[in-house]
Amino acid sequence: MDYSATTPVDPRVASMMIPYLTEKFGNPASRSHAFGWEADAAVELAREQVAALVNADPKEIVWTSGATESNNLAIKGAAHFYQGKGKHIITMRIEHKAVLDTVRELEREGFSATYLDPEPNGLLDMGKFKAALRPDTVLVSIMLVNNEIGVIQDIAAIGEVCRDKGILFHVDAAQATGKVAIDLQQLKVDMMSFSAHKTYGPKGIGALYVRRKPRVRLEAQMHGGGHERGMRSGTLPTHQIVGMGEAFRIAQAEMAQENERIRMLRDRLLNGLMTMEEVHINGDMEQRVPHNLNISFNFVEGESLMMAVKDVAVSSGSACTSASLEPSYVLRALGRSDELAHSSIRFSIGRFTTIEEVDYVIELMKNKIGKLRELSPLWEMYKDGIDLNSVKWAAH
Amino acid sequence: MAYSEKLLDHYEHPRNVGSMDKDAAEVGTGMVGAPACGDVMKLQIKVGKDGVIEDAKFKTYGCGSAIASSSLVTEWVKGKTVDQALEIKNTQIAEELALPPVKIHCSILAEDAIKAAVADYKSKHGAVVETLACGENCKE
Repeated sequence: MDYSATTPVDPRVASMMIPYLTEKFGNPASRSHAFGWEADAAVELAREQVAALVNADPKEIVWTSGATESNNLAIKGAAHFYQGKGKHIITMRIEHKAVLDTVRELEREGFSATYLDPEPNGLLDMGKFKAALRPDTVLVSIMLVNNEIGVIQDIAAIGEVCRDKGILFHVDAAQATGKVAIDLQQLKVDMMSFSAHKTYGPKGIGALYVRRKPRVRLEAQMHGGGHERGMRSGTLPTHQIVGMGEAFRIAQAEMAQENERIRMLRDRLLNGLMTMEEVHINGDMEQRVPHNLNISFNFVEGESLMMAVKDVAVSSGSACTSASLEPSYVLRALGRSDELAHSSIRFSIGRFTTIEEVDYVIELMKNKIGKLRELSPLWEMYKDGIDLNSVKWAAH
Repeated sequence: MAYSEKLLDHYEHPRNVGSMDKDAAEVGTGMVGAPACGDVMKLQIKVGKDGVIEDAKFKTYGCGSAIASSSLVTEWVKGKTVDQALEIKNTQIAEELALPPVKIHCSILAEDAIKAAVADYKSKHGAVVETLACGENCKE
């Protein structure tokens, strides 16, 4: 139940990839023989498949090593190229680190940045967004689907504002492909980042959409043989690209049906967990992909809960799991208390999740949460009717 | 992150879970940590007339290492006098459970819980109350 971290490669994808490692090993850049032509044809077919999922022109798709590189190329590439127009960037506090750290790097170079807070439901308020725009704003970067809480931002509305003001708009869609319909003919988005491994494709491959009309130009981050129209040099990994193309083709063909099934599983999981007391959902439930459920189980610490359910892969907003003791910055940005942020678990449901697994997880969670609450002094105090906010904690 | 057998054993089968009457004269209660930091430990000791700790109970909100550290100290303090209990050091707890470096604060919290429980017991018997400083327990 950690499909938001990564997904397994769909067996159909893997079987398409293998021939390109063995007999069809040509370099797509080799123009002089059939091995190269064969590889080039496969790469171009995949480019069409990726473009088709988001209704873009294949010429607008640039291959990268993944969404992190796509975000770097889009944000640094556009900021550097257009810095003569202004040096102010707007993004949100709940973006992925691949966006936040890239914007921080630009700040070190002399750009200025605004990090907008979301509303308590995780969504961006359009009024606050418009108020943050400045005459020197050159770039806006907002993600489509949040990786921790699954909320869907109103990319269409943000895009209208940006286009109207002549500001470039980048969208990190790593968590969105195959989950929400994306139509780049309609959306006023200038750049969009994609990843294969969140959509049942292989790791190590991604793409950046770069709009041609109106044309968006980028300063390359990777210099070399001038591949990908000079925007991203480096020999194309044919097998990876073929895998991403096939994964996106399947996503397009099966998205509607798959989402319906996943929504059913999500509702089953949610209803099962909500039978417990003091269970809080993080993030809006309407503007949200059904694949994600982020829940705080009050009075139970997230890491101990993850240890208790160690044969189920989930992830915790309590970052004791990493070296830091800080709870999730995303949940903090929503205004969740540290207590609830420490008590959160992210469930993400995917293509291969079964009803039996969902039912197993519900029972396991109920059992373990019951046990951990019996161990919890906070639960005891809550049951005794003590307001925990009124307690003067030694550490405060 | 790989945890030691002893730590996992204490986490999966915590010893001496429960509560005692905090108002009883022979019971000392220590509550340390804060929910915002992700760790709260409640340690209670029941002291006999001879000054020896007869029983100990704990409840902990926190990660597996915090639960294991507090479970361990309930075992260690039993049979000790309150002053002997104060000699238990966080480094001994960390060593026994093979705590990874990022979890050392859990053992510090457990040591603080013993000090707080003993201080509470002593205050009930006319001794000067020693106040605990927060410091290392919490990043807040």
